[in-house]
Amino acid sequence: MITVENVIKTYDGLKALDDVSARFERGKITVILGGSGSGKTTLLRQITGLEMPTSGRILFGESDVTQLRKKELFELRKKMGMLFQGGALFNSLSVYENIAFPLREHAKLAEATIRTMVKMKLELVGLRGMEKLMPSQLSGGMMKRVALARSLIMDPQVVFYDEPTSGLDPISAGVIDKLIKDLNATLGVTSVVVSHDIVSAFNIAHKIIILYFGKKIAEGTVEDIKSTEDERVIQFIEGRPEGPIPFSRSDKDFFEDILIS
Amino acid sequence: MSLENFVRSVGRRGLDLVGTLGRSLIFLILSLFYGITPPFKIRRLIEQIKFIGVKSLIIVIITAVFTGMVLGLQGYYTLSKFGSQGLLGSAVALSIIRELGPVLTALMVTGRAGSSITAEIGIMQMTEQIKALDMMAVNPVKYVVSPKILAGIISLPILTAIFDLVGIGGGYLVGVKMLGVSEGAYFGEMVHAVEWVDVYGGFVKSIAFGLIVSWICCFIGYFARPTTEGVAEATTNAVVISSVSILVMDYVLTSLLL
Repeated sequence: MITVENVIKTYDGLKALDDVSARFERGKITVILGGSGSGKTTLLRQITGLEMPTSGRILFGESDVTQLRKKELFELRKKMGMLFQGGALFNSLSVYENIAFPLREHAKLAEATIRTMVKMKLELVGLRGMEKLMPSQLSGGMMKRVALARSLIMDPQVVFYDEPTSGLDPISAGVIDKLIKDLNATLGVTSVVVSHDIVSAFNIAHKIIILYFGKKIAEGTVEDIKSTEDERVIQFIEGRPEGPIPFSRSDKDFFEDILIS
Repeated sequence: MSLENFVRSVGRRGLDLVGTLGRSLIFLILSLFYGITPPFKIRRLIEQIKFIGVKSLIIVIITAVFTGMVLGLQGYYTLSKFGSQGLLGSAVALSIIRELGPVLTALMVTGRAGSSITAEIGIMQMTEQIKALDMMAVNPVKYVVSPKILAGIISLPILTAIFDLVGIGGGYLVGVKMLGVSEGAYFGEMVHAVEWVDVYGGFVKSIAFGLIVSWICCFIGYFARPTTEGVAEATTNAVVISSVSILVMDYVLTSLLL
């Protein structure tokens, strides 16, 4: 479905993505795991065309996202849904208007049809009856569920999730995980999840990709990852502060640094 | 700081400034282009005219009344030194229509609507709402920015016209009703003194200011750093830069139109 080939992305000379290649298969849930600053959100932005990679190719079906013109990219985006980290709901619009937004922009439908479709998506995320509320009246978990309903309203082929469970209580996080799984199972939606939540990743993933400082260090099924012998992966999974991934982020020697200053 | 470093930093700032000016111009051209090509966002435009125009009415009217009144008072004091109180109407009308109407209206709109335009767009950027629009295949500049810039260009001339009218009324209140200038002289002289070029000049100014305020406030908000401090700083910058630009542009336009 989506193939990432040798993608490099630099910001002001710093490599955020360093020669990353990966495949995201149709109808599967792929989780991109990594710590903060590992480049996982950057990778998501390149795949969706929100940013252009410094070099490399990104194939979405047949078309190369990096070569598309704005108009073609927009056509492609109609097949994508994206759940942003904070939900990114429009504050000035009600839950109903938020979910109906893409329909109103892209399709000329009768209000009755729109109402039915919004109700269906709200039912899917378990929030039917909340149409009239404003985003400010919702809890964090509910906001994400509304945002999910909005990203599903155009019946996308692929849904991208940017840290869907971060900042949520365990129950809300569990609800989101269940939704991701159910949507994949019932609608066959290809799902790409960016996360640092190991529990959630092991729970939902068909395939896991682990990024570390912009490089891919592991790729495989949940069993592959669990049985790996790569010290960096083991450290990340177990959340140990010491290991091959250093505690200190300074590249200078501590004593040298103090003595010179 | 060594001379070399000084020259280097001046050079870098200079280049940054030129780059920003260039980007802001492209931003403006794109927003105007999206604004006047279909599909039109009529609803969004009306919402924005309501926000920038209608909701600024009260503050513009209050400013206008008191500006007109103080002009009446000051004008009467000055003119009576030469025994020509009869010219009060012309003096008030000319100052307001040529100068104070467009400038003060634009400054009030900057403070009231401009600041919140910057904050709104900055927060949309910070909470990824702009990216969400992009992901939903909706052009964010066309959806968010174009209606605001068009609304600024449409609202300012109308607000200025209202300011002019109310201001002249304020001068009338003080000059005629309180200080006893004859009503016939107040309005009669005004009709003779105010020419088409004065009204036209004020109208051109108000359109230019509407464009400047909405352009600067949208641009700074759109490219604000997506953090709390970034949005706060952007809001301050937007108000300061818009206000100064209005005064600079006022001089430039006056000298061109005179």
